Amino acid sequence: MGELRLMKGNEAIGEAAIRAGVDAYFGYPITPQSEVIEYLMAEKPYERTGMVVLQAESEVASINMVYGAAATGKKVMTSSSSPGVSLMMEGVSYIAGAELPCVLVNVVRGGPGLGTIQPSQADYFQATKGGGHGDYRMIVLAPASVQEMSDFVKLAFELAFRYRNPAMILSDGVIGQMMEKVELFDPLPRWTEEQITKLSPWATTGKPSTRERNIITSLDLRPHVQEQRNIKLQNKYAIIQEKEVRCEKIACDDAEYLIVAYGSSARIAQKTLDIARAQGIKLGLLRAITLWPFPSKQIHELLDHVKGILTVELSAGQMVEDVRLAVEGKVNVAFYGRMGGMIYTPEEILDVLKAKIIGE
Amino acid sequence: MTEEIIIAGFGRQGVLSMGKILAYSGIMQDQEVSWMPSYGPEMRGGTANVTVILSDERISSPILNFYDSAIILNQQSMDKFEQSVKPGGVLIYDGNGISRHPARTDIKIYRVDAADEAARLGLTKIFNMIVLGGYLKVKPIVKLENVILGLKKSLPHRYHNLIPDNEKAILRGMEIIEEVKV
Repeated sequence: MGELRLMKGNEAIGEAAIRAGVDAYFGYPITPQSEVIEYLMAEKPYERTGMVVLQAESEVASINMVYGAAATGKKVMTSSSSPGVSLMMEGVSYIAGAELPCVLVNVVRGGPGLGTIQPSQADYFQATKGGGHGDYRMIVLAPASVQEMSDFVKLAFELAFRYRNPAMILSDGVIGQMMEKVELFDPLPRWTEEQITKLSPWATTGKPSTRERNIITSLDLRPHVQEQRNIKLQNKYAIIQEKEVRCEKIACDDAEYLIVAYGSSARIAQKTLDIARAQGIKLGLLRAITLWPFPSKQIHELLDHVKGILTVELSAGQMVEDVRLAVEGKVNVAFYGRMGGMIYTPEEILDVLKAKIIGE
Repeated sequence: MTEEIIIAGFGRQGVLSMGKILAYSGIMQDQEVSWMPSYGPEMRGGTANVTVILSDERISSPILNFYDSAIILNQQSMDKFEQSVKPGGVLIYDGNGISRHPARTDIKIYRVDAADEAARLGLTKIFNMIVLGGYLKVKPIVKLENVILGLKKSLPHRYHNLIPDNEKAILRGMEIIEEVKV
């Protein structure tokens, strides 16, 4: 068993970064995510593992530092919260276009604009459907506990390097600020230069006489070449959609009604589930863990016994569009959300479920 | 066993750290725990609160509407959380600065005048541990030895010399808490 600690979600991200053998973290403080960089600065991993921790002058600088460092095959990451992540979107599109692995963390707060520092899930569209320009996709993981904040850092790097693609951990102010018990994974050493050359032959590690130059770019002005690059990306995305969907199904086997949620909302909805089951309502919960690729098939498979679905999100309704696409109109899909940093209670969700889905 | 607690008061009263010590004590006896603070504008001056859950099972929602126990340390929090105690639950408060005392008859109400006691002992910094002691007298959900272990885990090493004072404060809290009949 790994080391047990009581940690904030944001601190767990920082500790997991050190333990995952990350080479560099570039970031800029913003509530409710600042504990990530605060933790790293206090831990001084540069004295232990050699990991670089740098406070950049802005989020734009952070993401371009990530772009540059990722091009060398190093494990690099950044973290921010909504307004800061918006600033990063240009860089993310370039990183996706250049097919570079890296990890981004968004501890989401309410928007639009500066919005509020309170929790929200209103960045689902930005994370899963672009945000930057062009036909690209990020792998998006949604932790629902401090444990997953730690575990998903490791997982996100594995996926990012497996597919040469940016991966995002889409968290929110609840999971970032809360403390829970976390079992830390054993530290991995940072990769050596030899390992990087072997693992990432595309990386700009210095040109030896034995190979051509490695060029990292998203640019190609020849349409027939650029189209091929795009097709290659789309083929890669299709493989990710085939192989990397993750979700958790709670009490779904005999469920007549289903809640679909992710992150902090899934935690709140789990309490709704407990209350509903105690009242004899056959409710199940499908928690999306990967938001892209989305568990469409897993939702569709439940429709042989599920009669209605309620999607709950701390937004005006974003993931619910993907749920509706998955359901293809076969059952009623209703939505309930709160915005601006307000959070629903388990009882509130149950009332909506009864009104909109069960129809009491 | 699941115990859902709200601790609420002013910033600087040690509300968040009391919750943290309680959470760590739960870990020391192999329980699942969650600690969810208010981190919004209220933290930048004014009231602060934290929801702590200790359970033998996986914890679902870290955010709650109703609590088994409320520990209330100022009037604003009394106004906000008195009605949030589950029927049959427990409300513990420090009378210092309270102008409107709790009036519910379907819950158990206890008073622990920790601020006065801390001043008398000349240990104002461990005010929150007197309150915690009072709570643990009413709800012995964690063993005192696990609280001490929890203190060791949650306090930076340089403050470990303060642990005996903290223990003394917890024991004093256990002595002075009194049930209030409405």
